[in-house]
Amino acid sequence: MSSESRPRIPRTPDSVEAPTGTDSHGDDSLLLAGHNDPIPDPGLPEHEYRPTDVDPAMERRAERQVAGMFILASLLIVAFCVAYFAFSPSPTGQTFHGFALSNLTLGLTLGLAMLLIGVGVIQWAKKLMTDHEIVEYRHSAASTAEDRDEALVAFHQGAEESGFGRRALVRNSLIGSLALLGLPAVVMLRDLGPLPGNALSTTVWKKGIRVVNDVSGAPIKPQDVEIGQLINAEPALFFDEKNADGTVTPAAFAGTDLQVEKVKAAVIVVRMQPEDITPLPSRAGWGVQGILCYSKICTHVGCPISLWEQQTHHLLCPCHQSTFDLADNGKVLFGPAARPLPQLHIGTDKDGYLIAMSGFEEPVGPSFWERG
Amino acid sequence: MRNLSTRRRHPLAGLVVVLFGLVLAGSLYSAFRPAVADSSSPGTDLVSAGRKLFVVGCATCHGLNGEGIITKSDTNYGPPLIGVGAASVDFQVGTGRMPLARPGQQALPKRVSYTPDEISQLAAYVASLGPGPAIPSSSETDVSNATVDQIVRGGEFFKTNCTACHNFAAEGGALPSGGYAPSLLNTTSRHIIEAMILGPGQMPVFDDAVITPNQKRDILAYITMLKTQTQYGGSNLGSRGPVTEGLWGWLGGMGALVTAAVWIGNQGVRAGKKRR
Repeated sequence: MSSESRPRIPRTPDSVEAPTGTDSHGDDSLLLAGHNDPIPDPGLPEHEYRPTDVDPAMERRAERQVAGMFILASLLIVAFCVAYFAFSPSPTGQTFHGFALSNLTLGLTLGLAMLLIGVGVIQWAKKLMTDHEIVEYRHSAASTAEDRDEALVAFHQGAEESGFGRRALVRNSLIGSLALLGLPAVVMLRDLGPLPGNALSTTVWKKGIRVVNDVSGAPIKPQDVEIGQLINAEPALFFDEKNADGTVTPAAFAGTDLQVEKVKAAVIVVRMQPEDITPLPSRAGWGVQGILCYSKICTHVGCPISLWEQQTHHLLCPCHQSTFDLADNGKVLFGPAARPLPQLHIGTDKDGYLIAMSGFEEPVGPSFWERG
Repeated sequence: MRNLSTRRRHPLAGLVVVLFGLVLAGSLYSAFRPAVADSSSPGTDLVSAGRKLFVVGCATCHGLNGEGIITKSDTNYGPPLIGVGAASVDFQVGTGRMPLARPGQQALPKRVSYTPDEISQLAAYVASLGPGPAIPSSSETDVSNATVDQIVRGGEFFKTNCTACHNFAAEGGALPSGGYAPSLLNTTSRHIIEAMILGPGQMPVFDDAVITPNQKRDILAYITMLKTQTQYGGSNLGSRGPVTEGLWGWLGGMGALVTAAVWIGNQGVRAGKKRR
């Protein structure tokens, strides 16, 4: 009954044995016999031989080719081992046109060796292995009627002998325990939390925090900022601060907390001609002499943006090309971002350095569920 | 002379005559051309030599005294050069961006039109118009002794301030409206420092008060490391990230596999003979 017992058909249809018995071949026998068939089965075309079948010289040549590829592959595998010890993979190792010689030779030798083995096997199969046509018939997908009957009998017998239908207590308690198995999954989902609370809506910015240069942590004086300047900035809280008396106040955040807060609080500081800026009435005076500060986090999906075109005042997000006009309150000019870029109200402290005059008035970064 | 006259109808005769004429004209020109811009002669005043070059090559757009030319629609025909400093001239002229071939989205680097001497004369003249950034000294651009610490710090500054436009491997990238940020890998150290100070075109300014000269030199050390680092992963395909790698994987890799499979499948040469 298994499908492996397909007939293997020699070259001429005459010698095909028609499948016998109540088989799974459906109408194969009718077709093969040619009964009731308006167009007689032409059978298989005559077998044509390959050059290697009829010409011993060609056959020897193919044999040499295949063996040659395998031998070359062996040599390359040996070369791989030699290269492994000959060339150092260290940063000071040999290079070849800027490539590390170790990686280059290891990859080339092993790759070519495996390629040659593969090509050799294909060549062997195509040119030298036995070459004849085979016919395989389609079978119906269903099992035979006997198999199906047998399976049903076994099922009913199992149901009867286990007493599944009879012993209601056992059955129902089993169903109950299986149903409860879903509960641990739900309980464990709790660990995906805790809920973010207001973390998505807040940053560490508040009145009085200095706006400092990212990486160096240096505070910024307005007179040091030129027209057309771009400063990638962060709040001073993230950097160790040297006090006047020589002591160092350590950064207020460290480790994971620092990373979490830093991604939200990143800002860019830009300066443009004051007459180019068209602030909303509520935002007049949010800048210092043409210096404006905006969130660096795109309101689309939160990429950090700093492609700043100083002449057009456009800020472009490299991820999806959202373009914001920073001279016009961070208005979206182009792209998928739905909200203008949040602006930070800045001023100067008594030492003349740029500080935040308040936190962000709206959540920075992309929209989220609760925000709508 | 008999020889010459018999060969006057030779196919190459016309070519020889033209060549002769060109050489003669060239020699005459070099013998009689006006002596301009030769700072090697002692006592040449850089500023006045630069002024002469400026009037010939730059004044059409930037005005006779570098004051700029405003169009009727109140835009710049050529911006004023008062206060742009020597560094600006060295960058714009030294990279071939100026003289501008034609107005466009941005000034394109091309073959440099002036000799280094002429550029320093132009720079001296423009610097004399008003105070501006000077050309960085060689100590500001020398990264031959950069330590690993400096390269790492430069990398942090580079990734924070530069990668958005110039790509993480300094290969450059596209900008809106047909503009682009150029690759930094073939730019000289001096021009990179100047570009940071000046902010040419759409590039923002990164002045020395916010990113100090030492920090700029660290950035330069990082870029120099990018240029010379060994490629362990084979060809970087322009360091453009997953797009080029995906294109290569799908078109180059999968394409080669499919082509090979089709080719193997077609390898069915038949002899057309019976077995003996």
